[in-house]
Amino acid sequence: MTIASSTQFICFVVLSAVVAIGALGVVLLPSIVYSAFLLGGVFLSVAGLYLLLNASFVAAAQILVYVGAVNVLILFAIMLVNKKEDLAAIPGLAVRRLLSGAVCGGLFVLLLRVAFTTPWALPGPTPIGEEATIRIGEHLFSDYLLPFELASVLLLMAMIGAIVLARRDVYSSDVVTGEPADQGLIEKSRTPLLLEKTN
Amino acid sequence: MTIELPTTVPLQAYLALAAILFCTGVWGLINSRNAVRVLMSIELMLNAVNINLMAFSSYLDGQLIRGQVFAIFVITVAAAEAAVGLAILLSLYRNRETVDMERFNLLRW
Repeated sequence: MTIASSTQFICFVVLSAVVAIGALGVVLLPSIVYSAFLLGGVFLSVAGLYLLLNASFVAAAQILVYVGAVNVLILFAIMLVNKKEDLAAIPGLAVRRLLSGAVCGGLFVLLLRVAFTTPWALPGPTPIGEEATIRIGEHLFSDYLLPFELASVLLLMAMIGAIVLARRDVYSSDVVTGEPADQGLIEKSRTPLLLEKTN
Repeated sequence: MTIELPTTVPLQAYLALAAILFCTGVWGLINSRNAVRVLMSIELMLNAVNINLMAFSSYLDGQLIRGQVFAIFVITVAAAEAAVGLAILLSLYRNRETVDMERFNLLRW
């Protein structure tokens, strides 16, 4: 056994422990801010797993997109909506948690059984290792060109959609006549419209 | 006495890790009261799928790494999904003044 392979194994064990415990923390911790930071740790560990699998480009993309964009976006959303509120108690919450835990445990056992009983065609072809980035580029500009271009359209749609959804429609002047808008209407537009009748 | 470690990480270890991550994400998706945590659970599930794709591409498809290309597309879609999801969440919060999933029941009955 070489030092490199045992190092790889130890790295895998440490990274997967961080991923598993961090994911449990994301789901179970009461404070949402801690959850968001743990989620960043999980993303970083997953990027480390990609490095173990000889995929440096995807690991870099994971860090840039997930840790740099998605996690920061989640943190901003938490800062915008993080109001202390007492959640109303729901009848049968413990039963619901137990039931869903049983369902998820069953799903986990099923997935493990599939993973360990399927005769995988191992060993496969030798991995190309550091040539992976070049091969990804060849794929993206030959046989995956259409999905690649569609992904750019999708990102543009998501950007416009996010702007439209998150923006607040308050005009300081009337669009048709150009007169200054009624300030009372603006104040009224700030009040929530869909509050429940029970409140 | 030395501890005998496996020489390589087996493929099944990656699949088991992805299964753990996916099931944790599903449980969080069902049980979270906070809408932001629901989005985080969805990200966990997408990461589990990505780990599967990367493990298969490294172990079974080492020459044409199609799994890595798929993982890149999944990352792209996940970024778009997070942006739109958080925008919807902000819009909901503005109208409802809460992030409690149990009170987002406008279309329920």
